[in-house]
Amino acid sequence: MLWNLALKELRDGLRNRWIAAAIIVLGTLALALSLLGSAPTGSVKVSALDISVISLASLSVYLIPLIALMLSFDALVGEFERGTMMLLLTYPVTRWQVIMGKFLGHVLILFIAIFAGYGGALLIMSLLSEGGMDGWQAYAAMMASSMLLGAVFIALGYLVSVLVKERATAAGTAIGLWLVFVVLYDLILFGALLADESQVIGQQLFSMLMLVSPTDTYRILNLSMFDGVSQAAGIAGVASAAGMSSALLLGVMILWMILPLSITLYLFQRREL
Amino acid sequence: MVEAANSSVISLQAVNKQYGNETVVCDVNLNIQPGECVVLVGHNGAGKTTLMKLMLGLTRPTSGTVEVLGGNPAFSTAVAQHKTLGYLPESVAFYEAMTGREVLAFYARLKGASDAECEKLLQLVGLGDAAKRRVGTYSKGMRQRLGLAQAMLGDPQLLFLDEPTTGLDPSLRRHFYELIDALHREGATSIISSHALNEVEARADRFIIMKAGVMVACGTLDELYQQVALPIQVQISVAPEAVSSVTERLGSQVNISKVNNHSLTLSCDNKEKMPLIRRITDLGDVVQDMQISPPRLDEVYSYFMNGDQA
Repeated sequence: MLWNLALKELRDGLRNRWIAAAIIVLGTLALALSLLGSAPTGSVKVSALDISVISLASLSVYLIPLIALMLSFDALVGEFERGTMMLLLTYPVTRWQVIMGKFLGHVLILFIAIFAGYGGALLIMSLLSEGGMDGWQAYAAMMASSMLLGAVFIALGYLVSVLVKERATAAGTAIGLWLVFVVLYDLILFGALLADESQVIGQQLFSMLMLVSPTDTYRILNLSMFDGVSQAAGIAGVASAAGMSSALLLGVMILWMILPLSITLYLFQRREL
Repeated sequence: MVEAANSSVISLQAVNKQYGNETVVCDVNLNIQPGECVVLVGHNGAGKTTLMKLMLGLTRPTSGTVEVLGGNPAFSTAVAQHKTLGYLPESVAFYEAMTGREVLAFYARLKGASDAECEKLLQLVGLGDAAKRRVGTYSKGMRQRLGLAQAMLGDPQLLFLDEPTTGLDPSLRRHFYELIDALHREGATSIISSHALNEVEARADRFIIMKAGVMVACGTLDELYQQVALPIQVQISVAPEAVSSVTERLGSQVNISKVNNHSLTLSCDNKEKMPLIRRITDLGDVVQDMQISPPRLDEVYSYFMNGDQA
């Protein structure tokens, strides 16, 4: 049953060229960034792929949440508004199956887009550069965590979708959410850090505040997981010094996925149509 | 009306539904037996759709209990029963980007119906040729037909049809009622809401008249006639020269509502019907023909709607 519902979303993604568009956008940008970014490797002993992990992680922080939210904000409110949800719920499907089926489908769409887009770029890069596939582990980890980041924002998109009454409000709220997590939160955090001359914000508090945002968590995770990457990024040891292990960072992201999804499920169960 | 609640397909007890301060359904008690065809009539906003949604578990009653097929339809445990249930919502909506065939196949998979059945249903509702077109390009009538097709997937035992014939042309209407009749012969139960009183009059086992959330009447057509005590019309034909003498002989006790040069229209309460007929037969050969017409459903309906109960 879950699979039937997921398959419908997947087919929708194929039909409206969503998947194709996302693959092209992600693939082209990944390739462009990597080819441009491979110039400064020069004498430093880091592989081209490590550099591209840094630039791609910075790109993904903007792009993946945007794609995920665009995919998900309409998922529930759209069906409420059009009236298709009412009919769907008279079929032998439970409400949690509806949510999880959609989630599975949307996550798969994103997986395919990231896998094909970033993976395709990886293949081309390894053929073009001398280093070949050196450092592919960090790249693969970046792809996997990008998928997780996407899943987080799909879940957040559902929460928006179940909370608001109109599609237009959902679209606006989704954009607001993106702005907050991707731009504003960091701006405020760093602004506070600059203004904080008396150093009230210690390292402990700062790293905790970073963990509050799933996008920051993603960034730290990618820049700190592999030595080659963290040396190139110039933040070697920073994360571990702050007591942020990869497991903790991953855990935070998974929590960021489960929490909105659970609230969405709870609200949807109580919803009357 | 005393009915065994445990044999009912649907059982509503003291059901109330409020949205905010507005009472949409007020103290409804109802038992529907297997195989019954129940028709809901009432103005727009009388609570017909809400009543269906309560039975479908889409919304929960503010107070009272709803039982469908022995369970609470609002619980997720009721989902297995939805396999034997068909629903056609009022102004049905579909996924616009999908083709008619894709839409039906999607719903069929959820119900465990086969692709062959989809094709059969598409042909049945006359969408065979349009099946490969996007639903977004469909006319209102075509959407309604697709709605019917999805409601009939998987040989439903319990049908909820909310104004099923709106947007259908006359031949398709007839066809639709044939389909419903066929399902009934196999023992299906159906709940139909309709404004087309003349269409459903002959078809329903029982009528429920809703007014502002209240079930003002519930019963077979005969039971409703008795309740409303609307006069029965008796028309007799007589030779033109006999009109005045017949009028005289019937006397002042008989209510003559219309006279013309060869017929008289008499009206009486249901219980005075037989005495009146005897009186007419006593007139002998002067009376050439007689026609008795009971009140029609739309008269019964407007009687309950206008609230002029004696």
